[in-house]
Amino acid sequence: MSLLLIVLLPFIGALFPALMIRVGRNASAAAAFFATSLAFVLLMSHAPALFRGEVLQAGWEWLPGLGLNVNFLLDGLGFFFAALILGIGLLIIVYARYYLSKDDPVGVFYTYLLLFQGAMVGIVVSDNVLLLLIFWELTSLSSFLLIGYWKHLPEGRQGARMALAVTGAGGLAMIAGMLLIGDIAGSYDLSVILQRAESIQASPQYLPALVLILIGCFTKSAQFPFHFWLPHAMAAPTPVSAYLHSATMVKAGLFLMARMWPVLSGTEAWFYIVATTGLVTMTIGAFIALFKDDLKGLLAYSTVSHLGLVTMLFGFGTPMAATAAVFHVLNHATFKAALFMSAGIVDHEAGTRDVRRLGGLMHLMPVTATLAMVAGASMAGLPLLNGFLSKEMMLHEAASTAWLGQGWVLGTAATIAACFSVAYSFRFIAHVFMGPIRKDYPHHPHDPPLGMWIPPAVLVVLVVLIGLFPDTLAGPLVAMVARAVTGGQVLDYHLAQWHGFTPALGMSVVAIVVGTLLIRSYPRVRALWTAGPHPEAKRIFDGLITGAVDIAQRLTHGVHNGSMQRYLAVMLSAMLLLGYFVFASSPNAPGTRALMPASAVAVVGWVLLMGACLALVLMHQQRLLALVVVGVIGLIVSIGFVYLSAPDLALTQISVEVVTVILMLLALNFLPKRSPRESSTVRRLRDAGLAIAAGLGVGGAAWAVMTRDAETLSGYYLEQSVAGGGGSNVVNVILVDFRGFDTFGEIIVLGIAALTIFALLDGLMVSAAGRRLQSWRPDQARAADRHPMMLAVATRAMLPLALMVGIYIFLRGHNVPGGGFIAGLVVAVALIVQYMASGFGWAAHRMKVDYHALIGAGVLVAAATGLGALVAGFPFLTSTVWHLDLPLLGELHIASAMFFDTGVFLVVVGATMLALANLSRLGRHAEHLLVNREPMDVDPSRPSFAAGEH
Amino acid sequence: MNQWIVFAILLPAVMAPVLVLAARHDIVLARVLSVAACAAQLALALGFFVSASSEPPQMYALGDWPAPFGIVLVLDRLSALMLLLSGALSLLVLLYAIGGWDARGRHFHALWQFQVMGINGAFLTGDFFNLFVFFEILLIASYGLMVHGGGRDRVGAGVQYVVVNLLGSTLFLIAVGLIYSVAGTLNMADLALKVPELAQGDRAILNTGALLLLMVFGVKAALVPLHFWLPGTYANAPAPVAALFAIMTKVGAYSIIRLYVLAFGAEAGASAWLAAPWLLPAALVTLVLGMAGVLGARSLGQLAAFSVIGSMGTLLIAVGLFSEQALGAGLYYLVHSTLAAAALFLVADLVSARRIVHGGQLDAGPAFADSGLLSAYFFVLAIAVCGMPPLSGFIGKLLILDSARSSALVAWIWSLVLGTSLLCIVGFARAGSTLFWRRHGVGDLPPPEQDVSSSGVLPMVSTGAILFALVMFTVFAGPATVWLDDTAAQVFQPGQYIDAVLGAGGINE
Repeated sequence: MSLLLIVLLPFIGALFPALMIRVGRNASAAAAFFATSLAFVLLMSHAPALFRGEVLQAGWEWLPGLGLNVNFLLDGLGFFFAALILGIGLLIIVYARYYLSKDDPVGVFYTYLLLFQGAMVGIVVSDNVLLLLIFWELTSLSSFLLIGYWKHLPEGRQGARMALAVTGAGGLAMIAGMLLIGDIAGSYDLSVILQRAESIQASPQYLPALVLILIGCFTKSAQFPFHFWLPHAMAAPTPVSAYLHSATMVKAGLFLMARMWPVLSGTEAWFYIVATTGLVTMTIGAFIALFKDDLKGLLAYSTVSHLGLVTMLFGFGTPMAATAAVFHVLNHATFKAALFMSAGIVDHEAGTRDVRRLGGLMHLMPVTATLAMVAGASMAGLPLLNGFLSKEMMLHEAASTAWLGQGWVLGTAATIAACFSVAYSFRFIAHVFMGPIRKDYPHHPHDPPLGMWIPPAVLVVLVVLIGLFPDTLAGPLVAMVARAVTGGQVLDYHLAQWHGFTPALGMSVVAIVVGTLLIRSYPRVRALWTAGPHPEAKRIFDGLITGAVDIAQRLTHGVHNGSMQRYLAVMLSAMLLLGYFVFASSPNAPGTRALMPASAVAVVGWVLLMGACLALVLMHQQRLLALVVVGVIGLIVSIGFVYLSAPDLALTQISVEVVTVILMLLALNFLPKRSPRESSTVRRLRDAGLAIAAGLGVGGAAWAVMTRDAETLSGYYLEQSVAGGGGSNVVNVILVDFRGFDTFGEIIVLGIAALTIFALLDGLMVSAAGRRLQSWRPDQARAADRHPMMLAVATRAMLPLALMVGIYIFLRGHNVPGGGFIAGLVVAVALIVQYMASGFGWAAHRMKVDYHALIGAGVLVAAATGLGALVAGFPFLTSTVWHLDLPLLGELHIASAMFFDTGVFLVVVGATMLALANLSRLGRHAEHLLVNREPMDVDPSRPSFAAGEH
Repeated sequence: MNQWIVFAILLPAVMAPVLVLAARHDIVLARVLSVAACAAQLALALGFFVSASSEPPQMYALGDWPAPFGIVLVLDRLSALMLLLSGALSLLVLLYAIGGWDARGRHFHALWQFQVMGINGAFLTGDFFNLFVFFEILLIASYGLMVHGGGRDRVGAGVQYVVVNLLGSTLFLIAVGLIYSVAGTLNMADLALKVPELAQGDRAILNTGALLLLMVFGVKAALVPLHFWLPGTYANAPAPVAALFAIMTKVGAYSIIRLYVLAFGAEAGASAWLAAPWLLPAALVTLVLGMAGVLGARSLGQLAAFSVIGSMGTLLIAVGLFSEQALGAGLYYLVHSTLAAAALFLVADLVSARRIVHGGQLDAGPAFADSGLLSAYFFVLAIAVCGMPPLSGFIGKLLILDSARSSALVAWIWSLVLGTSLLCIVGFARAGSTLFWRRHGVGDLPPPEQDVSSSGVLPMVSTGAILFALVMFTVFAGPATVWLDDTAAQVFQPGQYIDAVLGAGGINE
């Protein structure tokens, strides 16, 4: 539980600073400090046990199926890193309180900082590698927020994105690597994985896993060639740089290499990848650092170099080198954090951190100068300081390790890197603090308040003390950590300033001498460097990102260019190709059904249909004509249904045709009467090809289907129609009974369509389109008699007849062709004709039904019929037949399905009429027509008409 | 027979006409009724969830006609899961909508209920012609919702939406016709029994029909190259509608899972695993195109829309692996991606409404109201959508990667899933830093009065509630995955489903 608390405390603590900032900046900082110190104390309480060699473990199940569990493990290594993270975290919290200005949102800062801190602690105490991955990526995310903290700075935003992209990418690679490792080891728990070194290294998946995990480590720890994000992350406020980019986050990669060291190291692949990368990074980093004018840039590249140094040591794969690596992590954290803080002080007080504009600060800010110079000397690796100790160890290891069989390579390269290292450290000291006082500092520099220099002072004290008494102060710790890293190997060594006249000492001396010389002749060295090529990593990275975005945009907006024709062409082609391919590659036996002779009627019908379709294609630009042809096609299809003995279908089809053609005619009123020719000939040919292919495909499919006999459900329906459904018209019984639920759905579709038309046109009236419609002028001459007398008289005479027909069709539907759907359409046609003949106003005045209500009532009636069965204890829509014996009428069978059919009828009428009403409304709106009250307004100049209203 | 099953469809089907009849002039009444209906549905769905967890699949025969002759509804773990998801989502998003969106046009609540009815029906039906009917309800109701509030771009995108989907509907009918002509049934369970016994000579028609049907579901699920309707539709639809649409793409995924494991799965003889060779590669392309779109997005709407395509790619990879383990992983990702996509559309709307001049365009503008809270929402969602730790997206991806180990395409799957995550991260980082960090123009002026549509507490709270659901889904990933793995196991035992529909003797018929 205590382990969990150590991890959770920073996360819980993260809630408070953002709230406490309402009290004040001190309260906010205090909240952050309190949470961190609690975690720190908790951690320290485990120190005695750990020094005794115990390992603490705690675990909770989270996702056991995957192997992702909240398992924590605290051993020497984890303790060491956690102590660094929390300890330096405390100093940073104090420092940041004085560093950040009043205008900065301090509460948010501490919240981000604690989030980051929690994620870091999580990494170092995770036992489960998947859990570790989670914390790993959390550090990327929280550092994104921290680097971009000064969101008004473009460098901050870019640096944040760059850091996130690079470390995020590494994290993704590591996910794959960890999944591979877990598979080989059979567990994602480190305590298990660490025992499986042999089987892991023998596995064929070792190399990919190693490479993927190392990509993660290298990106995080800014190893070449992924090092470039670190200097750009320096746009963050200095406390962030001091914390993340010197002491903690960049060490996460090193931590993981140390953690996995027993499993992954010791192979050739490990040695050549890790040691070489480390070596290159160390050298390049030190070299570039020498030429950075920005103090934080200089320190950033120096950090890159030191991270390379540690990486190289881990890469050597020997326990002694690993020990040296651990020791250097400690030393680097102390002096580098102190240096960053000092650089921050200089920036804060002098107003610039450009080395070229500084100098002589020793006299103006003696405290800061002392701290920075001691820490800088440690960075250079001067004797008596802690930096010297671990650097000696590194030089010793490098000198005694062969690379590609050559003993001198590593030693020489390490010495060269050490030379640069000394040089840039001296430059940091000499060019900033020494020399004469200048007159042109942006601010007047002076030492900062106590709270700002105490944190670096604490670290510098450590630098000196560890340097002087390494074996006493750091010895036990280093030994414990080294044991944890190497898997318990006990080594014979001791930390000391003086080891006698060793090669390493010689290399150190060379480095100090050459470094001094380099800095003495700095202008010439600088000129040489300026003359050379400088591949700018940021430009390359930006180019990559911009290129990727460019490609993505072209792809996205090129493919999705908004052309519906193209979308449909692609989709149709895909459907055709897949359909053809599958059909052709599966076994197919041609149908065995005997073909019927083609009668003359059928041939004529077929020719008419084809001709009409062809005519439609040719005449589609003349919309009115095209609509007429559509009507013709519908008519022939209806006749086809009759010919194929499907009277119900024919009736439905023909009434649907009538209604749709009328509604489309009304809509066409407001549209251009001709379609412009919009597509090129090539496009038209493509479309023609697609259309023909699709037609042939569907035709072929229909042929294949109709030439074979298959056993379907029809037999059951024919059998059960009367017995179970109470009707002899099987089609209607299917519609309202066997599959009444489908019909229930379909009437709802119709109802929704009508509601949608209403909502759409209602919205249209008030929108810009509505205003356009207001100013719209009919593009065709209007007849003088809007409502011809003959039509009006004839339709009115026909209305009762038509309604009778509708009722008749409705009532007979269950037994002979007909039914609610067709009846609804017939009645709707009868009503529509009234509206057309006598005008909307006149007709609507007499038609007191609200069509919305009709739709709603229809659905409810259908649903209620179904629910009736539910009340009787049967499933929804179970039908029943009542036998009534009425006087006069005699015996009567009433199927409950009839009520259902009533619902269908109502919805059909309501939906059709609502659509009509809205189109008509549109017409009145557009043409400013007066609503006629008289049925036959032959003469528009009639007095009663002129006084009419809109 | 569980009488309650049909109420998942009937409740919205009755509430919608009631809204049309009684509340079409009274927005307050409409809101009350609509929210009550959605809450009742959520309660119902919870009941189903509990019931399906402990019991074998349950069947409801409509009209009391025995399967395969009548239409049946089937409630099993998978459909219970989908109902619960749709119930929770529709309620939360509806709460967002009553923050103002619902008053921008007519019949919003009725259409909403109809849409919910279509979604629930599609998840419950055991009959693939009835599925067509529910697809139609879905399509027409979603069209009505999509053009809600009108406007040139929206209505234009609506036309594309409806035309493309009508093409899908036409194909649906053709496919159903082909299958029916040789199998002679419309009942999914019955089809599962008929498929293995079908004559060799009929395979071409059956397989063609089945794969055309896959394309129909592919249209709904935004599978490349059938996804074209999605970017324009989602980017232009009213935000709450787009958020509800997050479950519509899952209707396609659900149908694929249902039909191609049940009827074209291990026991389908010569047609076994029919969809597998097509679905997986298409899903990989979908993933890449979607995430490239995230990187190339120029507006928040596009960003969200393409991230939906990308997430559908990820989900369909899991489905296309056609294994029990992968399906369990896929179902986890399905729940996650639905919630994340919905919340993303809502946040996009909250942000766009506050950026008066720039709207949802991804360019720098002046400071806007509530940018602190909204940036936190956006950050959390970006993490979720990109599949970064610690949220459920990461867990979902991890589960899918883990389940892909035995696939022949494992290298492709791993590298594309992880590689596109990077595209997504970069895309969201760019978008987020532009929207919330970069400032341009009048910086410190107090933001002008905003649109009523998404001000107020309710939209913020309902969006936050979805985020909270995501967090909970992460925290309780352990029990959730156990439940989902059992669900996948049930899907991969078609016998249970077939028994429920056709009776225990069904297998022997």
